[in-house]
Formats: sequence, structure tokens, C-alpha cells
Amino acid sequence: MKARDLVELAGRNLREAFLRNSLTTIGISVGVASLVAMLSLGVGLQDLASDRLARTGLFDAIFVTPRSAAAAFRGSSHAGTSPAERPKPLDEDARQKIAALPNVVEVYPDIRFPIEIHFAGNSYATVAAGVTPSARKDGAFEGMKGNFFSSPNADETILQIDLAHQLSNQPDMLIGKDLTLRYAEREPLPADPNDGNSASDGFSIVPKEKTLRIVGVVETEPAGGIGSLGRGRLLLPLDLAETLRSAQANDLRDLLRDSPNRHTYESLTVRVNDPPKVKAVEDSIKQMGFAAFSLLDASKSLSLVFTVFDLFLGIFGSLALVVASLGIVNTLVMAILERRREIGILKALGASDRDVRSLFFVEAGAMGWLGGILGVSIGWIIGHAINLGTNIYLKGRNLPAISVTAVPIWMVAAAIIFSILVSLAAGIYPASRAAGLDPVEALRYE
Amino acid sequence: MTNGNLMVIRADRVARHYRMGVAVVRAVDDVTLGVRAGEFIALLGSSGSGKSTLLNLMAGLDRPSSGAILAEGRNLAEMSPQELAKHRSHTIGIVFQAFNLLPRMTLEENVELPLRLAEIDREERTARVRQAIERVRLSARLSHRPGELSGGEQQRTALARALVNRPSILLADEPTGNLDSATGDEIMRLLREINESGMTIVMVTHERPRAERFAHRIITMSDGKVISDGGSA
Repeated sequence: MKARDLVELAGRNLREAFLRNSLTTIGISVGVASLVAMLSLGVGLQDLASDRLARTGLFDAIFVTPRSAAAAFRGSSHAGTSPAERPKPLDEDARQKIAALPNVVEVYPDIRFPIEIHFAGNSYATVAAGVTPSARKDGAFEGMKGNFFSSPNADETILQIDLAHQLSNQPDMLIGKDLTLRYAEREPLPADPNDGNSASDGFSIVPKEKTLRIVGVVETEPAGGIGSLGRGRLLLPLDLAETLRSAQANDLRDLLRDSPNRHTYESLTVRVNDPPKVKAVEDSIKQMGFAAFSLLDASKSLSLVFTVFDLFLGIFGSLALVVASLGIVNTLVMAILERRREIGILKALGASDRDVRSLFFVEAGAMGWLGGILGVSIGWIIGHAINLGTNIYLKGRNLPAISVTAVPIWMVAAAIIFSILVSLAAGIYPASRAAGLDPVEALRYE
Repeated sequence: MTNGNLMVIRADRVARHYRMGVAVVRAVDDVTLGVRAGEFIALLGSSGSGKSTLLNLMAGLDRPSSGAILAEGRNLAEMSPQELAKHRSHTIGIVFQAFNLLPRMTLEENVELPLRLAEIDREERTARVRQAIERVRLSARLSHRPGELSGGEQQRTALARALVNRPSILLADEPTGNLDSATGDEIMRLLREINESGMTIVMVTHERPRAERFAHRIITMSDGKVISDGGSA
């Protein structure tokens, strides 16, 4: 029999026992809905975790240091090395070269320096840190009070909530007020007139002051990559932090180099446009002669954990579908009993065993298809209900809204295909039984 | 009206035995006969004589325990299930005592069913269905369901369904068994008309007068054996 005729006859048969077939289809849809709801929760939580982790800058970032720093970390020393063997300095030139690498979106230094704040007649010692404009996307700045920096070099600051509490009992009231920053600036010494060299041999450290407008207060201390652990509690726009030329921990090491006034970075953070490309960029940086670290392996472990999590959610979700498939077996076996004579007639008129088997398969597949579509719709609604409930709960606790479920298009297609396959599997026994009926016996059946 | 000596079906020492516990029922026992093209044969016998079993063997609905049934030169006993289905679809048409129409289908859809199974194109199907229905004079009842038709109309529908795929042999199992006398005669006249157009007919009946009135040849069966053959096999 041709496919179109099979579908027409199957559709007619399904409509004939409408109530029973509808109930069976609803049973399948409940199974599919359970599967989709479980998987959408798994995928949603994975997306949420990935998104949050991506925002921390840990998984798309590479932490670059001069080789000497990495070696020192491992406990070795550079005593006795010739200038040719000396590690390459992590200077502006290196920063530009790294920034020019493919897939690199941003390269910025980790600028942290001790400061003293003067505010309302009191002084507070703390640490300032430069914040790159891309940090605006960080989860830590979500729900902040006030605004992010208006420009990369604005005379503005964002305070971490603990520091803000130190400055005032009402941290929100600090926004719009000015504070004075005292910091140590690195100032090159004038050239020695008795020396033939025009450049100076060192620098002095002088106290400086800068007035900044408080534009925001942030709840948690934003992370900015691997190198930013233990970040400052007073945040400055990165460009501004760089122009302050504040004394850094590696300034003393610069002093011992041949050109002490050639400024180098203690570390650089390199942001890559896609976490899977981190490895290639990291290798390129290492080939340039620098030490580089990333948390790619941690990202892979996380992915493994979620894969196992999804697998278990999928198994539990599938159980309902397996139970529903028994409903298909029951419905089709009942249909064979009821339609035994009809099967005999079909065979007498020339239907082959394959025609009869196909007819029952199409009926099972149609129920699976309809149940799959209905189930995906119900699963999608359940997912949205979970999101709604979660966000109502979070709103009650003044937390930002999130999405804990996701129904990507692949899941819709996979759930419908899975539903059809399970239904076809459930139809194997009834279809084979119907195909194997003896036509003479079937025609005698009353 | 026969077509010379062309044999369309030949049963050669055919037996069909059933095992019922320890007993063996010999429904058809060592039957040899031949059906020539264009013949109208009545298989006559009382209930349990084996006539319907022999008809089922000719139709390829059942397989013989021994012997051979040759249809158009091929032994049905050696055919695969797929080939037997093709035989039922293309070579024979069957009419049953109980009509065996599908109750949820209209008259037109019932008649179209063998064409669907034979994978005939839709355009051709429509023409053939109309032609078959006209032949049994039911054109006015196309969209009626079997429940809305009289017994005679249902059997005429079954006849149209049996003829729609243009088989070479029509097998009829007690076609008038569920009908009153007048309607039965009407069906018999229709069968004779069909036979006169060249169709070979093998009809099972237990009504001797009707068989004598309409059939060319009467084969009488008893206890699974042919006890008389009105023609030469």
C-alpha cells in the first residue's frame, strides 16, 4: 500500500476509536512533557551556570605574566642568567602584540594599588582597582545601586558595599558625592646632567590626590579574571587608573632593569571571544615568551557534570514516556481484537502482512507524533511556569530575575522524534500480531 | 460461456487436514478438479462438506496440507505470503456470505479498498470504482455506509468490490446465504451476467435449485471429497 493510503487509513482508524486513542495520545504527551520539563530544567540550569561563570571572566580569560614571575612562583630563580636569556618584559609593546592575536577581544592590565580615602573628615585605607568597560556585563554589576562609569577615563568611582558602609550608614546616599583619593604616584627622576645618558636611572614615589565622584555602589566584589582575585574595594575606570601612574608592586623590579623607566605590567588579562578558543590563544601567548594560565579544564569538568546531570534528568523524564508507551501497546492490542475481522477482510482483498503491519505502525507513530507535539507544548508551559515561580520567589527576596529552564529547538525536535520512536517500538508487538493473523480465522471472528 | 480448454485453476490431489486434539479433521481430502476460463461452477454440499475450505484454498487464504493448487500455472502451496497476497489482489475477487464490508466506510470507499491495496493511481481508481458500481447498479448510493444499505445492496457492493481490480476469477462463498429469495435471485442474475461477460466464477452454495438454475457445472462435495462433478475435470 502507498504511504498516503496508509496514512489515510490509519487516520480513519484513529478517528474511529477517538476517545481511546485520544486518551492514549494524552498519556504519551504527559510522558513527553515530563521529559521536556526535566531536560529544559537541566539545560536551563546549565545555561544559567555557564552564563554566570562566563560573566566572572574566568572561562574566557587568560592570565598572562612575565616568565620570571611564573618561575618565581615555581620556586626557581634567574640568578646568573645572561641578558639574552632574561624573560621578555610584559610591557606596552607585548600588550599590543597580544591584543593583535586572533580571537582576542580585550587585553588589560591588573591595576591594584593601596590608597587612602578622605571623606567627611575621616580617612580610610583600602585598595583601589581599575575596571575595564567590558566588566559592565559582570554579574556583580547587575542590580548595582547607581550607574556604571560614564566613560573609561571619567573621574568617577564605584564603591564596594562594605567600604560604602564604612563611609556612611546609608550607602545609597553616597551616590553623587565626592571623595578624595590619596595615592602614591611613580614619578621619573630628572636626568643627571653629569651623566651622558638623557634618560634618568630611576623614579621617586610621591603622594598625590584626586577627587572622584561616587556614581555607584555594588553588592559583591566583581571578579575580573584569574588575576583579579582579591580585588579592590574602590573601583576606578581602567583608563583613569592607568593615567594615575600609581606605584605598583613590580615597580621595584623595573628599577633593577636596564631601563627602569620603561613601564612594565605585573600581569595582563586577555579576554577571548569564545571559551573554546582559549587554548589556541594561550598557546600563542606562550610562544611569545610569556607565562599564561586559563581555567579551561575547570570549564570542561563543569560541562561533564552537567552532561551527567542532564542524562539523569532525561532518564527520569523518560520513565513517564515508557509507562505511556504501555498505553500504546494496550490500545493497539485492543484494536486488534476489535478489528480482527477487518484485518481478515483486508487480507482477503489483497493486503500483505507488511501492509497490515505498516498500518498498525503508522497508527502507533501518529499517536507518538501527536503526543510528542502536545507533550512538547505542555513541557514548554511547565518550563515557563517553573521560571515564573522561581522569579516570583527571587523577586520576594530582591534578587534579579533569571531563567532556570530552556527549551532549545533541538530539544523540541528530539522530543518529538523520541516520542515517535518509543511509540513505534511499542507498536512492534501489536503490529506483528496483527500481521500474523490467519485470514480464515480472522474472517470467522464475530 | 467457457473459453475453450484454458484451465485457470487446477486442484491436484489437494488435502486440508486440521488437528483437533488427537483427532484429525479431513476438511478437504484428496480433491482433484479443474476450473476452465469462463466457467460458472457451483460447489454444492451440506454444511461441513469442505466446500468453503476448498474455496479458501483456491483463494490463497489457506494452504493445503498436501497436493497442489495451480492458479495461472503457479502452485499456490509454494508461494510466499507476499505472493499469495498478490494473488488475492490481482487474480481473484472474493464475495462472502456475510458481505464483509467495512462498516465505517462508504460504499465508494469500500469498493476502492482493493485498488488502494493494489497501489493503483488515484485518478484511475476513481474511474474504476465508478465503473464497478455502475455494473452492480448502485451509482445512486455512493456515499452511503453499509448500515444504510439493504442486504442485497450490500452484497452488490461486495460484488463491485470483488470486480473492481479486474480479477480473472470470482470466488463466491454462499453469496445468497444471508438474503431472501427474491434478493438472492437478483444476486444470482447479476453473477450470471458477470459470467456472461467472460468472468470465471466458482460459487459455494448449499442450494441445489439455484445451482442448477444458474451454474454451468455442479461439483458436489461430501466429507471433504468430491462425490460428483457435473463437468469433466
